[in-house]
Amino acid sequence: MTAPLPAPFLTDTVLQVEPLIRRVTSAEHGAVVVFQGVVRNRHQGKPVQGLEYTSYPAMAEDVARTIVHEAEMRWPVRVAAMHRVGALDVGECAVIVAVGAGHREEAFMACQHVIDEIKRRVPIWKHERYADGSADWVDPMALDEAGTTGPRARASDG
Amino acid sequence: MTVTVLAFARYADLLGTDQFEMTLPMGATLKDLLDLVRTRPGGDTLPSALVVAVNRRQAGLDAPIAAGDEIALLPPMAGG
Repeated sequence: MTAPLPAPFLTDTVLQVEPLIRRVTSAEHGAVVVFQGVVRNRHQGKPVQGLEYTSYPAMAEDVARTIVHEAEMRWPVRVAAMHRVGALDVGECAVIVAVGAGHREEAFMACQHVIDEIKRRVPIWKHERYADGSADWVDPMALDEAGTTGPRARASDG
Repeated sequence: MTVTVLAFARYADLLGTDQFEMTLPMGATLKDLLDLVRTRPGGDTLPSALVVAVNRRQAGLDAPIAAGDEIALLPPMAGG
């Protein structure tokens, strides 16, 4: 089974939401849900100036494709997702998940599932630059241990 | 046999490199490779539990290693 050339998941240019919405919109889809993850100005109370995402590109593309496929098998939905890599400023869009479905329930469920799985499974790392001149790799597991509500804490289906 | 090891993000910082080769005896497992990686400069600072991919798929410590494999050391993922 050979599919046509898959759309890339990673990009080093500014993310545009409209092309992803177009990919999941059809006459049967009464619902389109879009999640956009945006660079926040604070991390654990520290002012963030900007960040850089790095990835293991070949594996990231494989895993992202698998996550989209799993969601499309589990719910009657169409999913499009992209993640930006490289240097981003506060307020810029880092990730988009767009889901088209017949009805909103499966669209919301699939969208939540896909973004949670992207954060959990796709090999991407975030290096934050802080206003005080320091910089560090972000470890989401350290957040969870600190009691913050991370993706794992919210995940309902492991 | 020789394999390529990729280190990402914090692990590349700890090891001082993001790519290197290691030579192992035939029949070696992922655990054998990681034991060897830990003897490199900075290798002792890697966490005791490591997530590792063999040829882009996550693998367990008992996974067999073959010549030419691409072994990736993956810090906790932080996309999104």
